[in-house]
Amino acid sequence: MKNPALSINRLLKSYGKLRALKEISLEVNRGELFGLIGPDGAGKTSLIRILATLLLPDGGSAEVLGHDVIREYKVIRNKMGYMPGRFSLYQDLTILENLELFASIYETTVEKNYHLIKDIYAQIEPFKDRKAGQLSGGMKQKLALSCAMIHEPEILFLDEPTTGVDPVSRNEFWEMLKKLREKGITIIVSTPYMDEANLCDRVALIQDGAIMSVDTPEAVVETFPTFLYAIKSSDKYLLLQDLRDYPNVNSVFAFGEYLHYTDKRKELPEDELRQYLEEHKHRELEIKRIEPGIEDCFMAFMEKEN
Amino acid sequence: MNRFLAFVKKEFYHIFRDRRTLVILFGMPVVQILLFGYAITNEIKDARIAILDKSKDHLSVRLIEKIRSSGYFLIEDYLNQEVEIEKLFKEGTIKLVLVIDESFAQNLEKQHATNIQLLADATDPNTANTLINYATAIIRNFQAEINSGTLPLTIIPEVRMRYNPNLRSVFLFVPGLITIILMLVSAMMTSISIAREKEVGTMEVLLASPMQPGQVILAKVVPYLMLSFINAVVILIMGKFIFGVPINGSLPLLLLESILFILMALSLGILISTVTQSQQAALLISLMGLMLPTILLSGFIFPIENMPPALQVISNFIPAKWFIIIAKSIMLKGVGITYFWQETLVLVGFTILFVALSIKKFKIRLA
Repeated sequence: MKNPALSINRLLKSYGKLRALKEISLEVNRGELFGLIGPDGAGKTSLIRILATLLLPDGGSAEVLGHDVIREYKVIRNKMGYMPGRFSLYQDLTILENLELFASIYETTVEKNYHLIKDIYAQIEPFKDRKAGQLSGGMKQKLALSCAMIHEPEILFLDEPTTGVDPVSRNEFWEMLKKLREKGITIIVSTPYMDEANLCDRVALIQDGAIMSVDTPEAVVETFPTFLYAIKSSDKYLLLQDLRDYPNVNSVFAFGEYLHYTDKRKELPEDELRQYLEEHKHRELEIKRIEPGIEDCFMAFMEKEN
Repeated sequence: MNRFLAFVKKEFYHIFRDRRTLVILFGMPVVQILLFGYAITNEIKDARIAILDKSKDHLSVRLIEKIRSSGYFLIEDYLNQEVEIEKLFKEGTIKLVLVIDESFAQNLEKQHATNIQLLADATDPNTANTLINYATAIIRNFQAEINSGTLPLTIIPEVRMRYNPNLRSVFLFVPGLITIILMLVSAMMTSISIAREKEVGTMEVLLASPMQPGQVILAKVVPYLMLSFINAVVILIMGKFIFGVPINGSLPLLLLESILFILMALSLGILISTVTQSQQAALLISLMGLMLPTILLSGFIFPIENMPPALQVISNFIPAKWFIIIAKSIMLKGVGITYFWQETLVLVGFTILFVALSIKKFKIRLA
C-alpha cells in the first residue's frame, strides 16, 4: 500500500473575505524534496502552517505522515521539523544555547544527534558563542535549520527559507537540503524564487490560493505550449510597447535584460518580426529562441487561468 | 523534566541579558521604597500647637503640663474662643489645636468620661497624622496616670482632620509598596515576556514543538516567582532597617501569603498575555488596566472607607486590596491567619479563576 508523506484533500482557508486557499488537493511521497512555488500572497505560508498544525483549515482535510492535522496534531508535532518564514529563534541566546534548548524541547541532546546536523552546523560551529541576533542572514538560516533538524524529524516544513539570503548562502542551503533528502527525510519547502524550482524533485505552482500544476520541474517545463523567444533592443520600454502592439503577439514579459515573447503562431517568422521592429526604430536588436524556464511556465499558466 | 529545566534556564538568560528588565526588576523596588520612605518619614519635634482650655481646672492644667513637657510640642498660644482657631490655621503657623471641653475634671470624676477635641491642619496629611498620633498617645498616658485605683475614667479624644479628610497612614506604605511592586513585577513582566515570544515569532516554533502549553507557561512562572519573592524580602528588610517598619506578626506566614499573592499576580499576567499579541499592548494593559486601579483603589493611597459606594464595590475586585489587608494585619497588628483567612481565600479564588481562564484562552495554534 502506498503511504504518502502528505495527503491534502480539498483544503480551504479564508481570512474574512480573502480566500487564501481554494480547495487545494495534493499528494507528496515519502522522501521527496517538494517545492511550493509561487509569488508572495499565493497562499504558501497558509498551506504550510495548516500542515504544521499551526492553523486550522476552514474545510477539507490534510494528513501528515498519515496523521490528521486537526485531531492528531500532537503526534505530528513530535515527528516534524518546522522553520517559519521569519527567523524565529531566541536572538539573545547564543548559537549553542539555542541549539541545546531545542534539543531539550525534543528530549534529546546535541551530542546524541550531532551526526544529523553535522554538515550544516559545522559551518557555524566556530561562532557557537555568538548571539543569534548578531548573525548574518545565511548563518541564521543554518542555525534555524539545525534547530529544526536536531530531533531527527521525519518531515521538514520550510517556509521561504531562502528569502532575504544572499545567493551564495542560498546555494549552500539547497545543497544541505539535498543531503538531508539523502537521509530519507521528506522536505516541503516554499519559495518565491522560480529558479529554485529546478532543485526540487517535484513542484506545485501556486497562484491565488490554487495549484496550477504539480509535476517534476522538467515535466512542468515540457508542458510549455509553444516556442519562447528572448528579445532585446536598445530601448527596452519601447520594445515592450511595440511588441504588445504586434498583431500576432501572444504574450510578452520583461525578464531581466530580455523580453520573453511568445507568438500566436507556433513558430515565429523571425525576419518578419525583425523587420517590424526595425521599422519602429529599434537598434541593436537581438532575437533568439530559448528554452522556457519555470517562471515562463508560471506566466503561461497564469495567462491561461485568466 | 530536562525539557522543563532547560526552559527555566532560558528564561533566566532572557532576564539577565536584558538590562531594561533588570532595572525594572531590581532597580524599581529599591528606588520606590526610598522615595516613598523618605517622602513619608517626618520626625516631629517642637511642633507649634495652640490650646483652648474651656475648663481650666486641676486636671486640664495637669494635661497641658504633660503635653508641654513631652518635647514634641511647643505651645504657641492659649486661646479663649473657638473662632480664633480658624484664624490661626489660616495663618499657617499652628499645626494642631487641642480643645478641652468645659468642666473637664468634673465630667471625668462624676461621669467617668469626658471629651477632648484635636484639630489638625491636614494640608500636610502626614504631619497631621503624626501629630494626632503623638497627642493621642500623650492623652492615653495621662488617662492611665489618673486612672489609679477607683473606677476607670475615660477620656474620649475626638479627632478632626481639617482640609483633607483623606489621610495616608504612615506605616501603610510598606505593605502597600510590596503589593504594588509584586503586582508590577509579576503581572507585567510575565505578560510582556509571553507577548514577546509571540511578537518575535518564537511562539510559532514552540507551538510547532511537542512542548505542552502548560509547560511553556510554568517555565515562565518559576523564574519570576523566585525573583518576585526576592523582591518582597528586600522590601521587607529595607522597610525594617531603614524605616523601622515593624513585622509584629509571623514572618513565615507573611512570606507564604506573599507567595500566594505573587502566584495570583503571575496568573493574571499570563491571562493578559493570552489576549495580547504585542509587548506594547501587554505593557499598556498592565499599566493602565492594573497599576492605576491597584494604586488608586486598593486602599494603598486612598482609604477605601472614604470612597463613594460604587468605588467601594469595585475595590472588591482589586486583588491588591485583599493582600494589603493581610500584610497590614500581619505586620502592624501582629495577628494570625484566623483574622484574615477570608481575605486569603479571596486571593486563592482569584488565582484559580485566572489560571482557569488562561488555560481556556491559551491557543494551541496560531489563530
